[in-house]
Amino acid sequence: MIREVIGYILIGFGLAFDFFGALGLVRLPDVYNRLQAATKCVTFGSAGILLGVFVMKGFTAGGFKALVCMIFILLTSPVAAHAISRAAYRSGVKTADSTVIDTYGKHLKGGENIEDAKDS
Amino acid sequence: MNKTLRWVIGLVVVIAFFVINFFVLELAFAARLINILLASALMVIFRVMFGPSAADRIVAVDIFGILIVGLLAILYIHTDASFFLDIAMAWALQSFIVSLGLAKFLEGRRLDD
Repeated sequence: MIREVIGYILIGFGLAFDFFGALGLVRLPDVYNRLQAATKCVTFGSAGILLGVFVMKGFTAGGFKALVCMIFILLTSPVAAHAISRAAYRSGVKTADSTVIDTYGKHLKGGENIEDAKDS
Repeated sequence: MNKTLRWVIGLVVVIAFFVINFFVLELAFAARLINILLASALMVIFRVMFGPSAADRIVAVDIFGILIVGLLAILYIHTDASFFLDIAMAWALQSFIVSLGLAKFLEGRRLDD
């Protein structure tokens, strides 16, 4: 009983983060801001839902599958987000007009191109 | 259209969705939870269709895969059939690979680089 209550609370938490992450994907002005909202949708949203499933079902087959899936999502999704934002910057997507500071652009322009030499 | 009017319209739409979902319609509890995820998926599909640049569309496709994983987890709770989580694991793996591949393609490098 107490397990089901905690599980449904975690699932509701995750659903709220999913909904507001998608809302931020519509509302925010820029690729990078949208990516920042969307990554919250992963790390608290769907991982919260899967954690709720694990708490609700306990150490059964479905619970373990949910735990494995949650760990996999938490490990891989920041990598994908980082790759997408880096590719977006390098393919020349402009930042929004209200951007204050752009350190990566300064780093890319300054001096020799360290990153290209390193990872190619 | 000025900014206040747009905010008010958006707030009314969101509140009406939640009220209709939780207090008007007669549904199973899991169906109410799934409706929230479907509304999120609708907003994501809006960004896929009208995104100004290709990077917006790639971000939206990535997040769409994550929403599907959550949907499958809720379906597992509703039906108690644990093969839904197998599908969720496979979908998460495939979504990760698709995101990395599309990012490399956007950056203009070859896929075996």
